[in-house]
Amino acid sequence: MKGLRLDLTVPPPITAKTVALGSRAAPEGSCMPMKLNLGNFMEALEQGADTIIMAGGWGPCRFGWFAQSEADILRDMGYEFELLVLERPDAGWRELPSRLKPLGARTGWPQRVRALRAAWQKLLAVEELEDSRNHFLPRARDKNAVIRLYEQGRQELERCDEPAEMAQINQKLRRSLQSLPQHRRPVPRVGLVGEIYTILEPAANYNIIEELGRLDVECLCSARVTDWVNDHVLGGRAKASEREHILRLARPYIGDTVGGRGQETVGEAVMFARRRAEGVIQIGPLGCMPELVAQSVLPELSVNENVPVMTLWLDEHSGSGGLQTRLEAFADLLRRGPAREEAR
Amino acid sequence: MKVFLGVDLGSVSCNLALIDADARLIARQYLRTAGEPVTAVKTGLARLLPPDLAGEAEVCGVGVTGSGRQLAAVVLGADVVKNEITAHGAAAVFACPGTRTVIEIGGQDSKIILLRDGLVRDFAMNTVCAAGTGSFIDQQAARLGLPVEELGRRAAASDHSIRLAGRCGVFAESDMIHKQQMGYPLDAILMGLCESLARNYLNNVARGKKIEGPIVFQGGVAANAGIKKAFAGLLQQELTVPEHYDVMGALGTALLSREEYARDPQPSRFKGMDYVQQGNFVNRSFVCSGCPNQCEVAAMQREGQTLACWGDRCRRWESLGACAPKESHSIKPFAQGRETGKEKTE
Repeated sequence: MKGLRLDLTVPPPITAKTVALGSRAAPEGSCMPMKLNLGNFMEALEQGADTIIMAGGWGPCRFGWFAQSEADILRDMGYEFELLVLERPDAGWRELPSRLKPLGARTGWPQRVRALRAAWQKLLAVEELEDSRNHFLPRARDKNAVIRLYEQGRQELERCDEPAEMAQINQKLRRSLQSLPQHRRPVPRVGLVGEIYTILEPAANYNIIEELGRLDVECLCSARVTDWVNDHVLGGRAKASEREHILRLARPYIGDTVGGRGQETVGEAVMFARRRAEGVIQIGPLGCMPELVAQSVLPELSVNENVPVMTLWLDEHSGSGGLQTRLEAFADLLRRGPAREEAR
Repeated sequence: MKVFLGVDLGSVSCNLALIDADARLIARQYLRTAGEPVTAVKTGLARLLPPDLAGEAEVCGVGVTGSGRQLAAVVLGADVVKNEITAHGAAAVFACPGTRTVIEIGGQDSKIILLRDGLVRDFAMNTVCAAGTGSFIDQQAARLGLPVEELGRRAAASDHSIRLAGRCGVFAESDMIHKQQMGYPLDAILMGLCESLARNYLNNVARGKKIEGPIVFQGGVAANAGIKKAFAGLLQQELTVPEHYDVMGALGTALLSREEYARDPQPSRFKGMDYVQQGNFVNRSFVCSGCPNQCEVAAMQREGQTLACWGDRCRRWESLGACAPKESHSIKPFAQGRETGKEKTE
């Protein structure tokens, strides 16, 4: 956005206030992502934003109409703004650039291309940063130190626009994480599958990756922003995609699309089990249909692939105690449970 | 005499168990938490270890579990802090070796634990709805003016049952009132309630899980003969209710702390009877202003000294532990917090 010479209002991080704002505005039966989205937008509009850009989509999940219905809700509340939806327009792909024209109004084509490329690089860099954290957190003795270093790196990345510098930041983080003392306890690995927003947004999943890390459990996670953009917007042209493979693994259980990431959830569960993850955790917002469909085949999958599976439904709920109990119990199960290697 | 103490500080009840070095149960207590967890722990401990027993007992390990386990750990000084699943699983295997399924229904939680070869293989807990747990049954008994024990006994004695909606506590209650007003016999309605709660458990908590015998039924609700009969009917199998069904969580953590001691015989962190009984424990809370999330941080203090904090999402206060400032209102976010955090290493 900076490359397009646009003033950007980044919504403040999701907090209890965001949740409160969003759930007041959202329909009662809507899912947590929608509540958080709305809260985000309201906070950003309060800060003076005049345009909302949002991903859309044609998936049969309700997310497809989030942009439009959220805009309606916000306009009813008296907010004024422009809405730009990143999705395939009814009239086909060719219409997309003209729809997005306002974004590029201040720049020429070379600058636009450079801006897009920088954005892509940054996404990849952030994901690499997360990978480092995910690897070292469960192994380090001082968990707080890992998180402190990671947050630092993340802030540095936010300010940085040069790919070479981004790589340096990542390298620096990896080196300092490597120098932290590690414990010698076993580190079970858990495949994290489920609804993509819930997986990606720590505020929506009660920081599950960190919480598991504090319990010495490593999270494997294949749902990422770059993969989603690559698979759904760029047609798999920007980087190698595992999507075909994942869908093939899901086929014995769910042969057809069930909306959202239902099929991917099942396919990834199989994939992680075969990559010798000791367990699989499915997370989704309460009331998410695609994930509910996926959940129904998980018991069978758990037996066939010999992998413990736990499903967690998340919603606005301040008591994280129940979640903590389940995560601890699952970690115990993985550690004390029957040696899976024997069964293979 | 070497003893191991287990405490299960739940939302509705607080259970304590004391075992000796050979894992024999010496003493047990079951009391209501009544919204005052610290008082419950103090009272329970005083009853569990009367002065004559306390004099000769050497506490070698303390285990805590339940939703108030962090609180209990701070008040007592605990060696093992465990989640309820692991604790209940351990106790069930100890009480009934060979158990393959544990049905546990407590005050606000219900869980199913599948065990294979004495190890937890799978588990599930109730998610969004607490229908069918102890507090709901309590509430219904109170509404009918019956002692809760009486409710189970009368239900089990009925030779038939009236079908009630069990999908949701509110529906079940309104359905019950409706059937009462229509003039159906109360005992049959009570049995219907038990059946609908058991059905609700099997459909929600145990959904998709393969329930294999031997089955152990534990937790406070296991005292309810009506529910037990309903489960036996639905599962076409008898359930075993262990002798100490209502203190299994406490027994489980006592066993785990004994196990821990056997592995690594370190002196216990138990702070002693005097520390627990004579100290004045005060709960405080404050809203942290370090970031816009405004976490409500709870602090436990004894005689003006902060023992522990929790409830903050970023763990800034939690990691400070006993270093947290005494006066909660004078807390300066960030600058001070971060610095003190570095000094204290675990």
